[in-house]
Amino acid sequence: MNAITVQQLTVVYDKQPALEDVSFHVPKGSLTGILGPNGAGKSTLIKAMLHLIPRKFGHVNVFGKPYTEQKHLIGYVPQRREVDWDFPTNALDVVLMGRYRQIGFFKRAKKEEISWAKQCLEKVGMLAYANRQISQLSGGQQQRVFLARALAQNASIYFMDEPFAGVDAQTEKAIIQLMKEWKKEGKTVLVVHHDLQTVEDYFDHVLLLNKKPIQYGETQRVFNLNNLEQTYGGKISFLEKSPVLIQGGE
Amino acid sequence: MMYTFWIILTGCLVGLTCGIAGSLLVLRKMSMIADAISHTVLLGIVGAFFVSHSLNGVPMLIGASVVGLLTAYLVEVLNKSGVQSDAAIGVVFTSLFALGVILISLIGDQVHLDTNHALMGEIAFVPWDTMMIKGQSYGPQAVWMLGFALIANVLLITLFYKQIKMSTFDPQFATLVGVPLTFIHYLLMTMVSFSTVASFNSVGAILVVAMLIVPGATAYLLSERFLHVILLSGVIGVIAALLGYGFSILLNVSIAGSMATMTGLLFLLAFLFNPKNGLIIKKLSTHY
Amino acid sequence: MLDFYQSFLSSANVRWVLIGSLILGFASGMIGSFVLLKKQSLISDAMSHAALPGVCIGFMIFQEKSLPILLVGAAVTSLIATHAIQVIVNHSKIKSDAAIGIVISVFFGFGIVLLTYIQQNFTSDQAGLDAFIFGQAASLVRSDVQLVAISSLILVLITTICFKAFKISIFDPSFAKNIGIHVRFFNGLLLALVVGIVVIGIQMVGVVLIAALLITPALAARYWTDNLTVMAWLAGVFGSISGLIGAITSTLFSNLPTGPMIVLSASVIFFISLLIGQRKGLFLRAVKVR
Repeated sequence: MNAITVQQLTVVYDKQPALEDVSFHVPKGSLTGILGPNGAGKSTLIKAMLHLIPRKFGHVNVFGKPYTEQKHLIGYVPQRREVDWDFPTNALDVVLMGRYRQIGFFKRAKKEEISWAKQCLEKVGMLAYANRQISQLSGGQQQRVFLARALAQNASIYFMDEPFAGVDAQTEKAIIQLMKEWKKEGKTVLVVHHDLQTVEDYFDHVLLLNKKPIQYGETQRVFNLNNLEQTYGGKISFLEKSPVLIQGGE
Repeated sequence: MMYTFWIILTGCLVGLTCGIAGSLLVLRKMSMIADAISHTVLLGIVGAFFVSHSLNGVPMLIGASVVGLLTAYLVEVLNKSGVQSDAAIGVVFTSLFALGVILISLIGDQVHLDTNHALMGEIAFVPWDTMMIKGQSYGPQAVWMLGFALIANVLLITLFYKQIKMSTFDPQFATLVGVPLTFIHYLLMTMVSFSTVASFNSVGAILVVAMLIVPGATAYLLSERFLHVILLSGVIGVIAALLGYGFSILLNVSIAGSMATMTGLLFLLAFLFNPKNGLIIKKLSTHY
Repeated sequence: MLDFYQSFLSSANVRWVLIGSLILGFASGMIGSFVLLKKQSLISDAMSHAALPGVCIGFMIFQEKSLPILLVGAAVTSLIATHAIQVIVNHSKIKSDAAIGIVISVFFGFGIVLLTYIQQNFTSDQAGLDAFIFGQAASLVRSDVQLVAISSLILVLITTICFKAFKISIFDPSFAKNIGIHVRFFNGLLLALVVGIVVIGIQMVGVVLIAALLITPALAARYWTDNLTVMAWLAGVFGSISGLIGAITSTLFSNLPTGPMIVLSASVIFFISLLIGQRKGLFLRAVKVR
């Protein structure tokens, strides 16, 4: 069964195509890494899928229904630098934002919601920082607050935009553990990823993207030197030295 | 005695109303929109005069909100068509403001409204311009309008507190979980327009900007919670109004100008000496 | 009718005012193009509002309404204002838009305080200081206008000479450094040019709206061309036209303020450019889509 179906998605920025005719299916319960060079449109792709930016053309279906009807099934971890961490609030409050749908339009958060949010903080090892002003957290801790917020959403499909960028070892471990847990629960996860060395350890599916989709499929089948060169346009000479890739390649 | 009371009350209401509404704009990084709206509201007031031939409360509020929203809308349209946002704000507000000033100069003889009034307000005249119903006086109009704007602000912030907070912190996530972003945006624009026009008679178009932005920025320096920033901003606005009034009486200078100067002084104090991250405090702690 | 125009133009004072506003408009349009490219439109607004207390302080110290003294005062407070914005942004969590707003409103408010103080405490002719808020071309005497015209001409000359260096150091600072352009110097020079426009323009346009004379013509020119050189000259022409129309109408109808008339003329040019501009005007874009 397909969790997500993307058809002919096209995004244009100021007359320059940022994404051209992207189509692929993501099977339910898969862990997909979205890979590609800088400016390949990786973040643009997930933002377009989530309808956060205008699309020129294309459809996104979630479990067979249009995305707009299925928004409640989606969880999202944006890039950390997309928000202003000087914002006057604390960690617990940010996590509670993930419970917006459950809390209701005019209502305040009830005790159950707060304890739910606290559990989510606990899971990523951040409960001790619940009342900490968010600007006083380290980069990795801020990332874990975002993870906890996504966790609080209790979604079926998770989108993460470069969650591993600039985080400490503890946070990296937390993210991996969470992804495994989600997979075990049958949830689908899509991650914009940068580090080619870790792809095979983290993901069972890979989308290679450079404005157009180069390949989508199981990591073992798709993640090879040939496809990567096609994606990165020969800019991966350093990769040949990578033992992981050579072993993992064909 | 009553006269002084009304002036001080008006000043405090301006500080409170604008402080509360303005803090939200500072947090959303939209301070310059506040600047733009408080200029262009002048055009709304002149326009309302053309239609209703009075400078009365309700037509003024309507005219001002229409032009206020128009300002926000035009800035957004220009922005989307590829004009950088600060230039878009600059063009829109200077155009509409220039138009307002020219219209005032044309009709100036017919009404008690001139360009000086538009800039500095006439808080000294506020007590004379009372609300008359059936020959009975019910206190100054400005106080009524400010009271209305204040209640509207408090009510709307209470109702939509969560939505305002979420859309300010992380608009993309907020959209994803179903917060109506555009609605909240224009709601805030309406609040700013209301606050501006209610304060217009007292402190004038340009000095409203000081009352909107500076207390909010000061509160932002001093506080770590969203709600605290809003409340503290209102308090700082009131303190600035009181200090400004005292200062202006002492030296016999513009009341509105003094209030604006005092907001600046309070900001400077917070900037230099606030215990968490004041400039002087930081310097001292690195030296010892 | 013809006689009327002849007598209008033959008045020496009027002729000087027209020449002054023409050159001032050209200089500000040209310099505004660089301001726009550097994304400093609102900083220039802060600088112009901040000129008001400077004018007042200049008057209070020397107790006479001599233009050069007032202008020096204006230049000093304008520079203090830009510096204040930098300090606020660098040393606190306040972002630049709020910093600009704070500086605009507080400096202007303080200027109003000083203005009312002068009105209460100085007997000499302070009435003229009011004209600095919205500008009054008619109040200018011939020597003032000559000062405006000559200074504007100098600003245009400096801009033309340093055109290439400005272009490169704004567009690609690191490349500019690489090929030996002193980027910091040219940033400082551009700032000085903006202060120059603000200072010489305030008596004609006023502190409240002078920034529009920098932003609007340049933005209008942007709709017609992608070429910076063409854009700068076109912005200069737009600025001249606005200056001329504003000066003429406000001289003909004495109760029209000069500054707002100049700005409104520039806005009309901008609006026309927005609709039918060659490059990305709304009208042509709509036609092309079809």
